[in-house]
Amino acid sequence: MAVATQGASSGINGQNTRTLLRVSILFLIAAAAVASRLFSVIRFESIIHEFDPWFNFRATKYLVANGFYKFWDWFDDRTWHPLGRVTGGTLYPGLMVTSGVIYHALRALTVPVDIRNICVLLAPAFSGLTAYAAYLLTNEMTTSSSAGLLAAAFMGITPGYISRSVAGSYDNEAIAIFLLVFTFYLWIKALKLGSMLWGALCALFYGYMVASWGGYAFITCILPLHAFVLIGMGRFSNRLYVSYTTWYALGTLASMQIPFVGFLPVKTSEHMPALGIFGFVQLVGFLQYVRSSMSAKQFKTFVITVIVGAVGIGLAGLVGLTSLGYIAPWSGRFYSLWDTGYAKIHIPIIASVSEHQPTAWPAFFFDLNMLIWLFPAGVYLCFQDLRDEHVFVVVYALFGSYFAGVMVRLMLTLTPIVCVAAAMAASQILDTYLSAKKPNVEEVADAGSTDAKPVKTSGLRVASKPAVGIFTFVSKALVVGGMAVYLLLFVSHCTWVTSNAYSSPSVVLASRMPDGSQHIIDDYREAYQWLRQNTKEDAKIMSWWDYGYQIGGMADRPTLVDNNTWNNTHIATVGKAMSSSEEVSYPIMRQHEVDYVLVVFGGLLGYSGDDINKFLWMVRIAEGIWPEEVKERNFFTSRGEYRVDAEATDTMKNSLMYKMSYYNYHSLFPAGQTVDRVRGSRLPDQGPVLNTIEEAYTTENWIIRIYKVKDLDNVGRDLFSAASFDRGQKKKSSKKKGPRVLRVD
Amino acid sequence: MAPKKNARESANAAPAVAAPALAEPAPVVKPAPTKPKASEASTPWDKVLINLYNHYIDETPQRTKLLDVFLVFLAAVGALQFLYCILAGNYPFNAFLSGFGATVGQFVLTISLRIQTTEANKSEFPQVSPERSFADFIVCSLILHFFCINFIN
Repeated sequence: MAVATQGASSGINGQNTRTLLRVSILFLIAAAAVASRLFSVIRFESIIHEFDPWFNFRATKYLVANGFYKFWDWFDDRTWHPLGRVTGGTLYPGLMVTSGVIYHALRALTVPVDIRNICVLLAPAFSGLTAYAAYLLTNEMTTSSSAGLLAAAFMGITPGYISRSVAGSYDNEAIAIFLLVFTFYLWIKALKLGSMLWGALCALFYGYMVASWGGYAFITCILPLHAFVLIGMGRFSNRLYVSYTTWYALGTLASMQIPFVGFLPVKTSEHMPALGIFGFVQLVGFLQYVRSSMSAKQFKTFVITVIVGAVGIGLAGLVGLTSLGYIAPWSGRFYSLWDTGYAKIHIPIIASVSEHQPTAWPAFFFDLNMLIWLFPAGVYLCFQDLRDEHVFVVVYALFGSYFAGVMVRLMLTLTPIVCVAAAMAASQILDTYLSAKKPNVEEVADAGSTDAKPVKTSGLRVASKPAVGIFTFVSKALVVGGMAVYLLLFVSHCTWVTSNAYSSPSVVLASRMPDGSQHIIDDYREAYQWLRQNTKEDAKIMSWWDYGYQIGGMADRPTLVDNNTWNNTHIATVGKAMSSSEEVSYPIMRQHEVDYVLVVFGGLLGYSGDDINKFLWMVRIAEGIWPEEVKERNFFTSRGEYRVDAEATDTMKNSLMYKMSYYNYHSLFPAGQTVDRVRGSRLPDQGPVLNTIEEAYTTENWIIRIYKVKDLDNVGRDLFSAASFDRGQKKKSSKKKGPRVLRVD
Repeated sequence: MAPKKNARESANAAPAVAAPALAEPAPVVKPAPTKPKASEASTPWDKVLINLYNHYIDETPQRTKLLDVFLVFLAAVGALQFLYCILAGNYPFNAFLSGFGATVGQFVLTISLRIQTTEANKSEFPQVSPERSFADFIVCSLILHFFCINFIN
């Protein structure tokens, strides 16, 4: 593919041929982008991945089955039992509506297609469009014809974007990145032409973006920032006024149409920069008018009084309204962007999600490979003729890099600009070294002399381009050859990363048998299928929130908590039930009408993403609400170790999670050889005893274990004595367990 | 908008035209010019304002003045709504937002139209003819009011 794009820049004459070539290359790039995302479908099957996509899939099915208006008013009583969730008003509907429209359109064309396949293939399809959007955006930045194609190719296959858009990862980002890039393209276009229509288009796509992804705040902040930087550079123009005000006025109203966003654009601090710049642009525009009809001195005092007055009033208003509570201050998620330690202290539920962690530096290289070192070069090239759109690249690059460094998942927002900038740098190199013409000696001398006088006033002087050509064939061949090798390496790296790191559905696990053949571990679906077939339609399943969406999507059973995490207290309740002893947990489960408890246990297989490893987060979140009853310290040994073997603390051993994970586990092994393969520790021969719940199902590889919560004893005993009676113990031994008491540590 | 006849009339117009009309709108802008007047209240400021006024009366084409009247009307309606919101509370907040948004949006769109049809700004908008800008204005207004009506509840 890289070779194909190089071909475009090498001289082929005729406008038509070039256009044809360009179109076919773009199609090839789109095809490559789609194809490289299909690893998971080919290797496993057409299946929805991970966690959040399962909710989106379920919502899409609901939309397709019940129509748009019912979807809009959807109150879901099968999640967050017993609270329920106003799903229609608390989701970003863009993704579901998009697939719903595609579904109905295909049906209207009598293409019999399953909604699941649309959902699975939506992300790859949109990645082709993203590549095209990157092409358009880059073409606005530079005149080089190859840069856009290179950007499209980079965008199509860079792992930073593939990570969120492989087939089956049916998440908001699947369409949001396309919308992000396309909105930026429209913004640049609007700014360049000063056209209301392009501004309105930008606002419409911004509205679509708002409907699709919470990351729209990125656009809401970058565009005003760009406008502000331009004004600060003394580049206010009527074009800026027209495009910015059109975008803001229409875009804000468009964003308010989404019930989940609603009044936020006028009520939260994240949106205030856009509003402030809107006012500021009005002010500057007004001053621009007044300017010519006044003498310079009058104008100066006029400007100072007006600006100081307006900015003062605006700031005072903002502070006043915030302190009066009309405008919400920055939200916790936003604070954690500035202070990476903030979430860990104040909102454990945000910190507990691995994609909210700060980025490790190898991740940049892993996700962007050679683009990451071409990126600064591209940004530098933008300084050469610093037009308005180049300022945008610089601003975006700065902020994108910062945010990508703070949070792993924001790598996604950095990727487009990296592709654009890197493509500019790469095409600059290729254009310079690929031209077959030998430069004329006189021309070069001429260029040297013109270079001395400052031709470009807008760009930085140091960055102005010396117009000297390359003479020898050897250096041309060397540089072009080197570049080609890098491009090929990039392609192979992208393919390798995509195939190895980003194509696992995580619902189905793959492992290698000793003979090298693939072995599929399908415990998740086994367990969910069991739930679907063997439990009542309204049996409530309690599990940690990670699995809520999957249970809802695959098993179709009500859950207590899910990945929406809108109610921290409810999650903490589940955390408390999991981390307390049975005496405490049982009443909690009864109160929430829990029928089954589901835990994920990887000890047998060495699957490290299991509940015991997540257990400390449950404890922390529960401790945030009940600091008296759940204490993280009690789960560590006196030497501060987190252990699960015989040395584990009593609190740990008595916790429901520990008991459920290791119940009966020792029976798999000969005496004295019980081993937990994840934590690499040897477990005691005597396993935990369960009194209030009973094992209902355990999957083939023990990854998922399901327990049934016992009903009250029908002779009126408490469950502990009933259980010990069943075990044939004397009543006396369990006598001390009378009324429910808290653990005594 | 701003057809050729007017365009020819105002061919020599100075770049900056509207001032007093623009001094009214947008609650942010409004207090600022009056404040220095109150603080200094000396001759230079009076002169400045009179200058501005005369400049405006002399140099603005008729059609642009028409637009300015519309702008003043929008600003007045917006200010009224804002005043109502402050005095009587913002209870149907949807209605207030869409009403206020409609006036503000229409205001900036009209200003954009005004900018694009002003002869002096021609160089900045090489690709936008007056007809094109009027069409843009219509389309954007339609979108704007569609959103407002959808949001008003």
